[in-house]
Amino acid sequence: MRCSRAMNKPLTERIDAAEGSGGRVSLDAYERADGYSAARAAITSMTPEEVQGVVKDANLRGRGGAGFPTGVKWSFVPMGDAAGPGHKYLVCNADEMEPGTFKDRYLMENDPHLLIEGMLIGAYAIQADRGYIFIRGEYHDAARRLEQAIAEARAKGYVGDQVFGSSFSVELAVHRSGGRYICGEETALLNALEGKRAEPRTKPPFPPVSGAWGRPTIVNNVETLCNVPAILRNGAAWYHALGVGEDAGTKVFGVSGRVRNPGLWELPMGTPIRELLEVHAGGMQDGFELRGILPGGASTDFLTAEHLDLPMDYGPIQAAGSRLGTGTMIVIDDSVCIVDLSRNLQHFFAQESCGFCTPCREGLPWIEQLLADIEEGRGQPGDLELLEKNAEFIGAPGNTFCLHATGAMEPMNSALKYFRAEFEAHIEQGGCPLRHGKAG
Amino acid sequence: MASIIVDGKTYDATDGQNLLHACLSAGLDLPYFCWHPAMGSVGACRQCAIVQYQDENDTRGRLTMACMTPVSDGLRISIDASNAVEFRKAVIEWLMLNHPHDCPVCEEGGECHLQDMTVMSGHTFRRYAGNKRTFNNQYLGPFINHEMNRCITCFRCVRFYQDYAGGEDLQAFGSRSRMYFGRATDGVLESEFAGNLVEVCPTGVFTDKPFSASYTRKWDLQSAPSICASCGVGCNILPAERYGRLQRVHNRYHGELNGYFLCDRGRFGADFVNSDERFRQAGEKTDDGSFIALDNEGAITRFAAALDAGDLIGIGSPRASVEANFALRTLVGPDRFCNGMSTAEAQLVDHALGMLRNGPAPAPTLKDVEQADAVLILGEDISNTAPRAALAVRQAARNESLNMAPPAGIPTWQDAGVRGHAQDARSPVFSATPLQTRIDDLATRTLHVPPERIAQLGFHIAAALNPDYPAGAQLNEDHTTFVRDAAAALGAAQRPLIISGTGAANTSVLEAAANVAWALCNTGKAASLMLNVPEANSFGAAMFGTQPSLDDALDMLERGVARTVVILENDLFRRVDRARLESALRQSNTVIALDSLQNETVDHADLVLPAATFAECEGTYVNYETRAQRFYQVFLPKGDVKPAWRWISDAARSAGRTDLAWDHIDDLIADCARVDAFSGLRAAGTQAGFRGSANIRIARQPHRYSGRTAMDAAVSVHEPMAPSDEESPFAYSMEGANQTAPAALMSYTWSPGWNSNQAVMKYQQEIGGHLRGGDPGVRLIERGTTLPDMMRFSPPTADTPTREGLQPLAVFEVFGSDELSSEAAAVQQRIPDAYVILNPEDAATLGVEVGAGVRDPAGSARFAVRIDPDVQPGYVYYGSGLPGGWTNTPTAAVTLERDPEYQPPSPDHNLIMRG
Repeated sequence: MRCSRAMNKPLTERIDAAEGSGGRVSLDAYERADGYSAARAAITSMTPEEVQGVVKDANLRGRGGAGFPTGVKWSFVPMGDAAGPGHKYLVCNADEMEPGTFKDRYLMENDPHLLIEGMLIGAYAIQADRGYIFIRGEYHDAARRLEQAIAEARAKGYVGDQVFGSSFSVELAVHRSGGRYICGEETALLNALEGKRAEPRTKPPFPPVSGAWGRPTIVNNVETLCNVPAILRNGAAWYHALGVGEDAGTKVFGVSGRVRNPGLWELPMGTPIRELLEVHAGGMQDGFELRGILPGGASTDFLTAEHLDLPMDYGPIQAAGSRLGTGTMIVIDDSVCIVDLSRNLQHFFAQESCGFCTPCREGLPWIEQLLADIEEGRGQPGDLELLEKNAEFIGAPGNTFCLHATGAMEPMNSALKYFRAEFEAHIEQGGCPLRHGKAG
Repeated sequence: MASIIVDGKTYDATDGQNLLHACLSAGLDLPYFCWHPAMGSVGACRQCAIVQYQDENDTRGRLTMACMTPVSDGLRISIDASNAVEFRKAVIEWLMLNHPHDCPVCEEGGECHLQDMTVMSGHTFRRYAGNKRTFNNQYLGPFINHEMNRCITCFRCVRFYQDYAGGEDLQAFGSRSRMYFGRATDGVLESEFAGNLVEVCPTGVFTDKPFSASYTRKWDLQSAPSICASCGVGCNILPAERYGRLQRVHNRYHGELNGYFLCDRGRFGADFVNSDERFRQAGEKTDDGSFIALDNEGAITRFAAALDAGDLIGIGSPRASVEANFALRTLVGPDRFCNGMSTAEAQLVDHALGMLRNGPAPAPTLKDVEQADAVLILGEDISNTAPRAALAVRQAARNESLNMAPPAGIPTWQDAGVRGHAQDARSPVFSATPLQTRIDDLATRTLHVPPERIAQLGFHIAAALNPDYPAGAQLNEDHTTFVRDAAAALGAAQRPLIISGTGAANTSVLEAAANVAWALCNTGKAASLMLNVPEANSFGAAMFGTQPSLDDALDMLERGVARTVVILENDLFRRVDRARLESALRQSNTVIALDSLQNETVDHADLVLPAATFAECEGTYVNYETRAQRFYQVFLPKGDVKPAWRWISDAARSAGRTDLAWDHIDDLIADCARVDAFSGLRAAGTQAGFRGSANIRIARQPHRYSGRTAMDAAVSVHEPMAPSDEESPFAYSMEGANQTAPAALMSYTWSPGWNSNQAVMKYQQEIGGHLRGGDPGVRLIERGTTLPDMMRFSPPTADTPTREGLQPLAVFEVFGSDELSSEAAAVQQRIPDAYVILNPEDAATLGVEVGAGVRDPAGSARFAVRIDPDVQPGYVYYGSGLPGGWTNTPTAAVTLERDPEYQPPSPDHNLIMRG
């Protein structure tokens, strides 16, 4: 249907084409490349349920890290009279604070209209009349670009009252975050959006039933929503065909660390880790060897060289004991002390705890303290057991109020699993073997 | 009802309730911090972890938080499973990482929930070797200490202060392991419920400042069940004593009334018992006007001699017990006994009593108030005159959010979810009061109009609900809208509640409120009528009748019909015009005053007798709902202080009277119960002979009470005899019943493993429900005997005629308007200077602005000027009872003039302004 040309890089093809203008896709350029045609068609010629159906059939899964099927999520929103009086909200989670992750920023800075079109379709699908882009406070350029793009779209009648001349109206606004990692958790994000403390909420109620200001709300990641226009334009089957493994579509993958060519690439879902590392990132820098990767950001478990042939799909990565997460991996080389790295990570997670529940608020700083002791030569026999016990209790889902601490314990537990000897060596040698002579 | 299986044993549980509530109700011990029975669950502390099993074949189960998991029939859980035990141990270890372990110097030590839970969870060895975080503490006013280093971040303080009590100036700040609970800047905590933080905080972050000045461990405090003397609500309290001082007041749970919370007037006002104004010996005035001390026998002889004269009149008091009033009434005879209220107030209180006695709408308990689904407030600023009732109305406004929760799949105990989902949705509360109140924020609609207009609104609402009720004069458009909306909300409700009271000093306001309640009853609604009264025993005093009135009594003195006047616990200068009273007292041969604190009436007496306070004797108060409640002696008073009824009885016996020969208060109560209105009086408390199941008395002192033989060693090294107590079932001992006694007689809350006030759950039938054996007190009027014809009042025919000068109207302060609590040292720091509130026009006419002063040229009263357009032109509102202002209620229009000598108070004074 409505397909003038099928893209195989639906997220970034326009950005690539706009290389001449610094990779920034203007409204003109966006529309010349079929931009807004999917939103126009969906809003003027499809029912909301049909739109939900297409996205469900495409098996688009949340690109923020959890991988929940987007169409299914949308279908939880009460429609028509069942929603009761008042607004419904579509909130775009653009609070990209996962260490090592910068894919959403790339999309928003360079092709803001893609996100806006995705939000229009999403809002229509759930009949939301309010859309917020909750954006990381430090993303000044992206926020400005989005605000400008919303104004451009509004001027053309794509945003606001009766979009595309239809009876559907939706307002879009950019909300700059005050800056907390926990705002990436969707219910903490909603509390922050309401002007409250950014603490996660209990479920039930689930946001599709009672979200922002107690009203039905869908929170979707930037990249998730950016996938929607092409799915609507080209159909579910086309989208399935993009993936080379079990998951559908493409994904913006990233690699950071001591590789020759760190960066972002839109590639089919299921692209093997080895291809990402060796072909796209150009392999390790000279003199460095790969020790491990955090495949989906700082809050995912370590994988090691033995896992390099795994496809970057949700299932296989999970089966290997980690998570696809944001799909933007951090590569750890042999110059990095795993204890020091762990301490750095746990410092981050302890800092970013919202403070609401005990294991996260109190347990993470203790773990950080233990790691600092081990790294700096104050480690004692028994510290590893203490560390493990803490990590076990903090990390088990359900033991904490939300999944912040669970995520924090993923690299911790897997570091202990794969690199335990290094921790032991620190304690035995009274300090960090890599910082020889300093410790002790 | 559902059954749950906990560690293999089956227990009853309420379906849909949370598992923590269910386990605790079943008497099981499960540690917790963030959950509170009155505030529900939020799942923050993770302390109440249990293992939940899928079915009988599931042996591994899944760790889950009991407070966040609903009961379902057949649910299998384990408290004792090793992973649950280990996890709870880990949680307490985390919570204790930064705790300063300063228990030996902490006021909370010995009744600390954190201590209890640490022991219960088995955390005994400290493994954390890092530094502890530290915080700066804040000055929070005269009531509350702040020690943030002790905080375990359970969030209860802000959940109580903000969510439950509507306060705004206590906040959660910061994040991660540096959460801070305090104010944005140092300053007095504004909420009149801040004192509850002392009991809500599971450890020693917020502690009782007056108590901490001389604090004693809970186990060294002696206590007995008591009733708050600070307003007409009658909250149940536990005053506690050591070294002859009332050291503090804690909440005493009452399932129908105050539940878990008190207001700060009650909590901190009881300290008047320790006031320097107390006198502890009888005194007789000499010719030069000074008093000479009399010993007990001398005082009785002098009192008896005065009785011989025969021309007696007795003036009782709404702040004295039923028993003391009855003793005086018996002494002087019913025809010569005045209940001690001003004539106008007595009429209002009696009128209110008649409405409850004869009308179809019963007085609500505070539990009923909390469950009301629409509220109309007419004329009474309960946020200042009955703060605990205002807190109950705040909960009533939440009912809409509780209705919204289940359809969204949110259990009503899941507090954060309920609040987040409902946002600002509230049950209808319509309020018409003279001025802004501190519960205006939760009202659907408010009007600030004078009492006469409030009455009109009420009559119109009744008429809108039922055309058989007369509406009266036409209203303007805005007020018509108010009437229409209020009537619609009340008419749509199942349990509508009308609140009024004597505060507006207006008969028509009361009648209008009654009309609305009755109009609702007549349409089949379960409407209730709360009529607030000014003092702890206003209804009790009124039940002795209104004749002769106080004016009649003064007439009798002026005309010489009576020459000897016995004044019972009453400062008449607060009630009648000074010149008139002084003249009447001058005419008397003998003025006998029985009271506990020095005051002007005492100064004018010829014979002064030191009366026991509520903490030093037994007695009964009758509250706004006509609930008669007994208070018991907490400690023996020093000096010759004794209960007023005992002075009266002793003197009467000495004078040869046999009709007052009561050996014990129970004898007096038996006599008093023969008065029709008081037939329920015996059941209001427990007789001295009660011994419970083990045939032993109830201990006033906890098991670990220490120092009994050493406390007075500085005076005498001989071991003192423990005082005996013939008046009550309590003993001055640590030996005796506590837990096996009826819960209504709990003298302290304690249960094995539960040293904090959380132990109260062990005294309840169900968590948050009635006390075992029933809640204290008996309602003397349960439901009015509905008259055959529909009862209704008619609106007044004409508006109040305009007068010269300004028409005075008393408005009330939590701190300062009540007589006795204003003598408490900490409360005195919160009492504002006397003030008047004027309409801008009248202020302009007087040539005064905000911050200026005015004075009453007819007397010595001086006031700070406040200006508020809510005050109608021609009125002057004034803070009732405030020092420096009018001591009694002016009955006629007043004239004010600019006070050129007025000095505005320093800026840090009057920290709490109205509204």
